[in-house]
Amino acid sequence: MATMPEEFRLPGKKDLFIEADLMSPLDRIANVSILKQHEVDKLYKVENKPVLSSNEQLCFLVRPRIKNMRYIANLVNTDKLAGRTRKYKVIFSPQKFYACEMVLEEEGIYGDVSCDEWAFSLLPLDVDLLSMELPEFFRDYFLEGDQRWINTVAQALHLLSTLYGSFPNCYGIGRCAKMSHELWRKLEEEEDGETKGRRPEIGHVFLLDRDVDFVTALCSQVVYEGLVDDTFRIKCGSVDFGPEVTSSDRSLKVLLNAEDKVFNEIRNEHFSNVFGFLSQKARNLQAQYDRRRGMDIKQMKNFVSQELKGLKQEHRLLSLHIGACESIMKKKTKQDFQELIKTEHALLEGFNIRESTGYIEEHIDRQVSLIESLRLMCLLSITENGLIPKDYRSLKTQYLQSYGPEHLLTFSNLRRAGLLTEQAPGDTLTAVESKVSKLVTDKAAGRITDAFSSLAKRSNFRAISKKLNLIPRVDGEYDLKVPRDMAYVFSGAYVPLSCRIIEQVLERRSWQGLDEVVRLLNCSEFAFTDMTKEDKASSESLRLILVVFLGGCTFSELSALRFLGREKGYRFIFLTTAVTNSARLMEAMSEVKV
Amino acid sequence: MNRTKGDEEEYWNSSKFKAFTFDDEDDELSQLKESKRAVNSLRDFVDDDDDDDDLERVSWSGEPVGSISWTIKETAGNSGSTHEGREQKSRNNFSSYGQLSKPVSTYSLSSLFKGRTRFGSFQSLSDALSDTSAKSYAPELGRPKGEYRDYSNDWSLSDTVRRLRKGKVCSLERFRSLQDKLQLLEEAVSMHDGNVITAVLIFLKRTLSKEILFRELEVRQVALRHLIHFLKEIGDQKLLLDLFRFLDRTDELALSHYREHLNIQDPEKRKEFLKTCVGLPFSAEDSAHIQDHYTLLERQIIIEATDRHLESAGQTEIFRKHPRKASILNMPLVTTLFYSCFYHYTEAEGTFSSPVNLKKTFKIPDKQYVLTALAARAKLRAWHDVDALFTTKNWLGYTKKRAPIGFHRVVEILHKNSAPVQILQEYINLVEDVDIKLNLATKFKCHDVVIDTCRDLKDRQQLVAYRSKVDKGSAEEEKIDATLNNLHIRWKN
Repeated sequence: MATMPEEFRLPGKKDLFIEADLMSPLDRIANVSILKQHEVDKLYKVENKPVLSSNEQLCFLVRPRIKNMRYIANLVNTDKLAGRTRKYKVIFSPQKFYACEMVLEEEGIYGDVSCDEWAFSLLPLDVDLLSMELPEFFRDYFLEGDQRWINTVAQALHLLSTLYGSFPNCYGIGRCAKMSHELWRKLEEEEDGETKGRRPEIGHVFLLDRDVDFVTALCSQVVYEGLVDDTFRIKCGSVDFGPEVTSSDRSLKVLLNAEDKVFNEIRNEHFSNVFGFLSQKARNLQAQYDRRRGMDIKQMKNFVSQELKGLKQEHRLLSLHIGACESIMKKKTKQDFQELIKTEHALLEGFNIRESTGYIEEHIDRQVSLIESLRLMCLLSITENGLIPKDYRSLKTQYLQSYGPEHLLTFSNLRRAGLLTEQAPGDTLTAVESKVSKLVTDKAAGRITDAFSSLAKRSNFRAISKKLNLIPRVDGEYDLKVPRDMAYVFSGAYVPLSCRIIEQVLERRSWQGLDEVVRLLNCSEFAFTDMTKEDKASSESLRLILVVFLGGCTFSELSALRFLGREKGYRFIFLTTAVTNSARLMEAMSEVKV
Repeated sequence: MNRTKGDEEEYWNSSKFKAFTFDDEDDELSQLKESKRAVNSLRDFVDDDDDDDDLERVSWSGEPVGSISWTIKETAGNSGSTHEGREQKSRNNFSSYGQLSKPVSTYSLSSLFKGRTRFGSFQSLSDALSDTSAKSYAPELGRPKGEYRDYSNDWSLSDTVRRLRKGKVCSLERFRSLQDKLQLLEEAVSMHDGNVITAVLIFLKRTLSKEILFRELEVRQVALRHLIHFLKEIGDQKLLLDLFRFLDRTDELALSHYREHLNIQDPEKRKEFLKTCVGLPFSAEDSAHIQDHYTLLERQIIIEATDRHLESAGQTEIFRKHPRKASILNMPLVTTLFYSCFYHYTEAEGTFSSPVNLKKTFKIPDKQYVLTALAARAKLRAWHDVDALFTTKNWLGYTKKRAPIGFHRVVEILHKNSAPVQILQEYINLVEDVDIKLNLATKFKCHDVVIDTCRDLKDRQQLVAYRSKVDKGSAEEEKIDATLNNLHIRWKN
């Protein structure tokens, strides 16, 4: 709490303009009365509307984006034309970019506004989850190849190592992971001393690029928290439950974290278990209330003063989550979720491709959902190493006809990011595939694609899946109530690739024996291990693992790793640039605002 | 990869995925409903007036009162003269509710974390981050970094880049020779910080001719990507196109130009702009899409003008009965086809608005056409048209029902548009796969189909099971009984 106010040091009354994306994060750590204490008079959202403020001092809290600079420049220049003088202060969060200053200079207001930075880059969303709340990281880096946020990541790591001691074991995979790690190391060297001598509390750090595993992020989620995110969109740790959930005439904003006792017990469960749990809970609650029947006055007084409040709270949470489940069931039944999941599983396992392609085609033809159709195409592309040219053309044409020709731009983006590609001619034979890829070195392939400025690589998903045993062979029924492996987060059909890699590396404490996998992931140059020789780490700290997701993680991945933690006696904490899911990834690739 | 059909069936029939189905609305939902009833029954006891205190107060919009998001919405609602009064009101809200609401959303993390930690020494995330001593987390900003001006020109290459990385102002003017500039750029790239790379590029862009800049960046891919993104962001379209031209990236050049149409709102102007895109060096495939985009908008403008006129004249029945909800401009092709099947179904092929004309012009596949026409005609409950859509005559003059999309889909679409049972029944009977047929008939309560199918399958047990699902004393029940008692049927079970 105490860290927040300093940034608003601009003596006297002022109006504060906040960028929409920063509102929710700020809400998590401050409220209006704190702002009032800092003489903030009125609050406005940064948006393209005329400004009505009559205050003499204006303060802007924004992300370092060009469009924000234009907005501010416009405002200041309007004031200038009207002969009005005010004080302006721009606070960039988490940091200022030179491109922004350049725009201020070009617009002729450099010097008229003062600039500041608020290095607010780690928001604790939960007991084990830190978010940088930078969803644009994904597009900026994985589509545009802009490395502007790498410094932010390095700073965040640096802060964590200042707080918890240096990290004795670091592992990473992905180009961005490698660069972030290097820059962080640099920071540590430069600001030597602070971490020296502290006993390390975090035994292992694992950095992972989102493009190492797109597949997991593209799948429909079926653990409760993931399903809630896919259905209602969890924003900055809280969700807006509409009237259909609250069974009243108003919406309710609900904070979802370990604090919510009911939620905490079901968040990582497969959705099919949730009903049973909730009805058991409901019965228990009923019994608790029923106890009051036989009570005398004194007992009743006790009951009311001591237990009632807790019971009421539980009751409220229980009815909320039952309402949410009901609403999810209705929506999923309506959209034929079962059919969808079946198709996804077939894609993951790599059989019946024709039928799945047909399913996707029909999805598009019926204009079911613009984002879903795109997601399924990407899943098909990545699992199959790109679409057959004939399919690519026909699906693309139908997509443009169903959802609008301007999505041509989205297709171009998806191709550049490697999410939706077309197999090169002669690329179709999967049997020959591995042999060929062995012959062609990554470098040569890299040069060819680089000509098109593409970060895209062949996904080799099928081969990786085989190597890492991502599709569990199960005899009989996969008991989702008693999961046997991380595959439970996808109904027992698939072990998330990202989590499997982490598991394997932690087991070996290195990449040893994983060379082939690393090569198939196109990461030969970007898989690293960095161990300090000092043996200060306690055995306790060695069980604590920080996983850093660059480009976002999904709730399913968190659930899978929490499961792994319970199995192996690890404790995971997560740092992500943002929590993501398939829809967010697809939206980030779209040129057309949907 | 190529599993046999048998394998697949075995796969889907194996119990692995049967643990849970979203189709089983009955079972799962009833369990849920039961829990809900149980919880709701407690409501009378639980819901007294004073129990709001442990819940966040929430405004009508759903935001917690006193939250920043909520307050901003309030300010946005204010304007001009009512400003002061409204503001007073919201201020009251803060003092009365602010105290109540906040603890709920802030206390949670730290208090909980302490209780949960298994590792005694591990400081909780939220505690650590809100610790005032953790200054590096939110550095003191009384004196903005930017004001530490430094006019020294003597920084070494690596010092310069380091200072840039720390956000300090640092003059780059002394890097005048091309070699110095490129070394500076390479040092920035080696640090990986995109912000610094862009800073150097801004300097290079200002101090180098674009030919030299482009030439040098062509062999420096990381820096090149940063420049492209920077140009996109500041909207320097001209230089961006020059760059693509220089790099011979014709595809990106064309797309980048095409992208501008999104900023043109006026339909006529947008159309004219699209016309200029038609000749751009797209791939052969994309060229066709761009041409289609132009043609589509051209058609839409014509249709829109005519139909708006017809609608406002009020003489045309279809527009009177079903007023248009939105303009057709800039809608996708399939939506346009739906519109045309809805409002212009019977028009001759010669008119721009006729479905057949659209189908021909844009080479819409049969499947897509039938799907869309079906949805449109079903929405109007024009069952005759639906019928005609699937009726084909062979050369002998016999009529036959054919559907390029599969009759099970037809049935579903009809049901979505609440077709009567007789119509549904007719199409369910056309479904070839018996299991699917039975499923659909059960789902949509087409009793006759279910009964007849069971009879044909000689599946007595299924019929008996179905009997329990129909209403007592209904005609269906009678028919089932009659069938079950029919001695001529040789049941298989």
